Amino acid sequence: MLFYIFAILAILSGAYMVLTRNLLYAGFSLLITLLSVAGIYVLLFADFIAVTQLMVYVGGVLVLILFGIMLSSRVHDKSVMSENVNTVWGTLVAGLILVGLSYSILKANISLLPWLQTIEMDVLGNQKSTVQSIGLKLMTDFVVPFELASLLLLIALMGAAYIATDKQKV
Amino acid sequence: MLAFVLTLVLLLSIVIVLAYAERKVAAFMQDRLGPTEAGPYGSLQSVLDVLKLLQKEDIVPAAADKSLFKLAPILIFAAVFAGFAVIPFTPDLVPAGIGIGVFYLLAIISLDVVGLLMAGWGSNNKYAMLGAMRSVAQIVSYEIPAGLAILAAVMVCQSLDFQEISYQQGALMNQFPGLEYEMNWLFGIRDLGINTTTIGGITTWNIFRAPILLVAFVIYFIASLAESNRAPFDIPEAESELVAGFHVEYSGFRFAALFLAEYSMMVLVSLVAVILFLGSWNTPLPNIGPVSLAYWTTGTVGELSSILWGGFWLLSKTFVLLFLQLQIRWTYPRLRVDQLMHLCWKVLTPIALAVVLIAGIWRLLMI
Repeated sequence: MLFYIFAILAILSGAYMVLTRNLLYAGFSLLITLLSVAGIYVLLFADFIAVTQLMVYVGGVLVLILFGIMLSSRVHDKSVMSENVNTVWGTLVAGLILVGLSYSILKANISLLPWLQTIEMDVLGNQKSTVQSIGLKLMTDFVVPFELASLLLLIALMGAAYIATDKQKV
Repeated sequence: MLAFVLTLVLLLSIVIVLAYAERKVAAFMQDRLGPTEAGPYGSLQSVLDVLKLLQKEDIVPAAADKSLFKLAPILIFAAVFAGFAVIPFTPDLVPAGIGIGVFYLLAIISLDVVGLLMAGWGSNNKYAMLGAMRSVAQIVSYEIPAGLAILAAVMVCQSLDFQEISYQQGALMNQFPGLEYEMNWLFGIRDLGINTTTIGGITTWNIFRAPILLVAFVIYFIASLAESNRAPFDIPEAESELVAGFHVEYSGFRFAALFLAEYSMMVLVSLVAVILFLGSWNTPLPNIGPVSLAYWTTGTVGELSSILWGGFWLLSKTFVLLFLQLQIRWTYPRLRVDQLMHLCWKVLTPIALAVVLIAGIWRLLMI
């Protein structure tokens, strides 16, 4: 029941985000989409992913997007409007992807998958959250991707600092 | 549902006391009397203020973005109030004891920022807009040293659960499921050989069992002043230049909601500081030999005595921090924006990074 509430909210706000012409409203409806997706993560016992989603997307990316819109739109003193281009091709590609995805989902016999048959319903066991197992995995099985990601972030940080510095004219 | 109502009532009463305290503390620091007319010593002043605000007309500016303008105060208050869900008030009373409470709290606070932007934009007023921009820039920047300071405490406690962190800082530690065989040592150093597990009191508070967290606490406290837009970090609502910041267009009930959210934020950051660094609901009095002061002033878990004692200690420590916040407001001048950023990025963040490293090493001494 809760899942359907979150799913409907996510779909409606996602549709509004795509259809509205006002970029700022699109930003705020993205907020609702992200929150409902976080709710769905919680229902899937992925508490850490849900909170990370809030932390990274709502606290970081969305604020950045809103800041960008607000700083740029004040120049003309009205809300930034988005334009429609490539209407036919866009609809066609999106429709084809929808048909393809629905076809493969309907074709796949999900309830007979072997790992789904043997899975335990008690996902968390006697742990209180998924943090411990995520931490162990990150430090053992996935340590190389983890370190690579941190290296990538460090490079991005240095690049941002370089772009932002005052370059003295020679 | 009961937890929701109880927390809301508790919060409202704390905020009313706080609003009165702010007037009185300000007055005494400036050698004035403050409110004296309403009630004995003016103690009904803030109740009457709230009643006045509720009676006022709800004005929505004609040029404002109506829906955003109306939604913003609700979103801001909801974000701050959602943070209270994971706060343990007593040894067995916590609205939602989720395992990743600390992380959740940090994330849900960032929703507040979106609400501030919404209010600033919806007002369609350049003072409000500038106030919101400044406020958001400040909150986002100061989340980094605050987050690092919290991370240091989490590394020492090895838990993201507020209730588990609370139990670790007192004589009741071994009663928490999962901590039955944990030990506390003086200053957290096992080699000193002084076991403080049953002594409790101030010797097991985080700032005492890992003294490096004292530095983390100071960093967190400074950053939390900035996060709740308190002086000396109040450029977002600098009265002399911006009138009142992002809430300049609000009146009546909506202003009351924003005001409530602002004071709730102060209460929330102080509660988090108390829980992570100052021993949560644990008593400061240690057991000394046969004089088991810690047990006497803690009560038995599950009975009324523990609820009363726990709530008493938690709230009194919180009020000490809140008093400090008020005092700082009337002591220090406002920081300029470049000083603000200098303090955040070049002073607090490097120190906080060093503290995280040292806290990790300290944890190795504790086991």
